[in-house]
Amino acid sequence: MAKVVGDIVIDIEKCKGCSVCIPACPQDVIALSKNVNGKGYNYAESINDECTGCTNCAIVCPDGVITVYRKKVE
Amino acid sequence: MANITKEEIRKPENLVYKKTDLLTDKALSYCPGCGHGTAHRIVMEVLEEMDIQDKTIGIAPVGCSVLAYDFMNIDMQQAAHGRAPALATAVKRLHPDKFVFTYQGDGDLAAIGTAETIHACNRGENIVIIFINNGIYGMTGGQMAPTTLPGMKSSTSPYGRDVQTMGNPLRITELIAQLPGTIFVTRQAVHTPAHVRKAKKAVRKAFENQKLNKGLSFVEIVSNCNSGWKMTPLKSNEWMVDNMFPYYPLGDIKVNE
Repeated sequence: MAKVVGDIVIDIEKCKGCSVCIPACPQDVIALSKNVNGKGYNYAESINDECTGCTNCAIVCPDGVITVYRKKVE
Repeated sequence: MANITKEEIRKPENLVYKKTDLLTDKALSYCPGCGHGTAHRIVMEVLEEMDIQDKTIGIAPVGCSVLAYDFMNIDMQQAAHGRAPALATAVKRLHPDKFVFTYQGDGDLAAIGTAETIHACNRGENIVIIFINNGIYGMTGGQMAPTTLPGMKSSTSPYGRDVQTMGNPLRITELIAQLPGTIFVTRQAVHTPAHVRKAKKAVRKAFENQKLNKGLSFVEIVSNCNSGWKMTPLKSNEWMVDNMFPYYPLGDIKVNE
């Protein structure tokens, strides 16, 4: 059965750590990092491999810092 | 999943979503979690999908989004406070083949610009108005706006808005829906993925109306102001759902075909 796997790339220097993406993710992939970026924000990061590439996080991100990839695996 | 690496997924052919090129690479000047960024993005995505970015002129307001021309990579003008619909009227009449939209906040559109807004809507100018309503003057420090809810605290109503002395919140979207010049009046939000998708469809419909010279389309986006409301971004979204939406119900208010 074909399965879909996804991955997100977050521009951590532009992320403001607003965490709007966290409840938007149905797979609970995103969490705020303990580290801070150059602006002093705890940026969002991907914490597991459950991403399906649904793009929910990217379309609610006010700063548009999330890029989403999706691939079908046979 | 076990035998596929992230490098194999992160290939250009697997790309499903990235920020549109019509937004510049400049970091947005908005507070973390502000709905303005999402609203900017859906407008730019609609222009890109319709392939009209070279024929579109945007009008920036005064307010938090005064620097919208720095972020939107299209032709923009910036209007005096509240006068964006008047400027948009002039631009559209001089360039009837261009797409013209204004992007305004509630302090700009519903307070100082009420006259310009109502008359542009009443004349039925063939433009799109994008109205971001967060119930407060965000840029100047969270003062009370005409759209501030009853009992809502702001820096100029520290005990909450008292409707006896400060008046009632203005539902300007319902007001202009009464005018014969408007063709499409709707209220949307951008705090969850589903709402963003719906809001984008509404913006798309507004620009399609302009393409067909149908008249004025008005899209209100109810948004949060976490700094002005003194909340975290997630808390402000919850507060918006619990308090703003009952007073400003989402949905299409007027759809004329």
